[in-house]
Amino acid sequence: MLATTILSALLKAKVDFAVSVPASLFAEVLEKIGEYGIKHVTVTREEEGVGVAAGAYLGGKRPVILMQNSGLGNCLNALLSLNKTFGIPLLMLVAQRGWRKEKIVAQIPMGEATIPILKAACIPFYVPGSLQELTLQIVEAAELAWVKELPVAVIVRGGLKSEEDRRY
Amino acid sequence: MRRIDAIRAVVEELNGELVVCNIGFPSRELYSVKDRDANFYMLGSMGLASSIGLGLALSTERQVVVFDGDGSLLMNLGSLVTIANQAPRNLTIIALDNGSYASTGGQPSYTAGKTNLAEIARSAGFENVFEAETVDELREAFRKAKGELSFILAKVERGNADVPVIPLSPYKIKRRFMEFIRGERC
Repeated sequence: MLATTILSALLKAKVDFAVSVPASLFAEVLEKIGEYGIKHVTVTREEEGVGVAAGAYLGGKRPVILMQNSGLGNCLNALLSLNKTFGIPLLMLVAQRGWRKEKIVAQIPMGEATIPILKAACIPFYVPGSLQELTLQIVEAAELAWVKELPVAVIVRGGLKSEEDRRY
Repeated sequence: MRRIDAIRAVVEELNGELVVCNIGFPSRELYSVKDRDANFYMLGSMGLASSIGLGLALSTERQVVVFDGDGSLLMNLGSLVTIANQAPRNLTIIALDNGSYASTGGQPSYTAGKTNLAEIARSAGFENVFEAETVDELREAFRKAKGELSFILAKVERGNADVPVIPLSPYKIKRRFMEFIRGERC
């Protein structure tokens, strides 16, 4: 459900170019993204992906970057000295590790720091709590990014359910 | 050859190509040689010139030329791997290699030591790799490079030309570059 929700939302947000560094939460998205007509480029490191996405934007595309929150630390300077400096929009889907039930201890410090880092960098972000919110907020984040010419993040946490399922 | 002469030799060959130029003095030298709407001057994000060039080459039909540097490429070597595998035919990367970090005071880079960027490009998967030590060699390599993904290693002298800071705002650089791509400027 998560993958189809994300992919449908990306189409709704008119995203047509994706760069990614693999993230287990996005495994199915990355596997199927080509079927949705979105050009997909795997990069070796998130900072590189920010550069590729910026080039795609300059060339007329609407790019998204998919990554883990650990990658946020790898690309922060580019988000500020490239995207913010020139006014280059970017939709960022950030898989949150270091959250509930995290088994890998090394994921926890960056998991805890993710939102404070986004706040300190003045990068707007959304934290959807259900699959419905995820759809709405991906579309809204993309619009905000394009209108304000900024990077905007959507934090995607594992275990998101639909509103109906959440009632039980 | 001096870096500014290398840049001039390539600029004289240009005809509507999009140019992405590395941060620091290379951009200032390019601006002083010939300012064009189709020049994207990087002002920050060291290391990302070739990555921006890749994104552009994958999203437009136009020919894309990147002026990168040794220090910048060393900072983002993974980009060569991605570019070689994506392999857009409309991308030429020119590494202006002076074996130093000239914009920050001339500290030596490892390409002044044991490292050869042309060999790295080959092993990353680039099939068209050229090496130029003179302006004529560079001009010839640039002509051959068109139409296929290519990497040109241009060995240049250390030091910067005495050129002023670019008097354009970042937003203006971006806006006119995008307008040029959309055909609103020529």
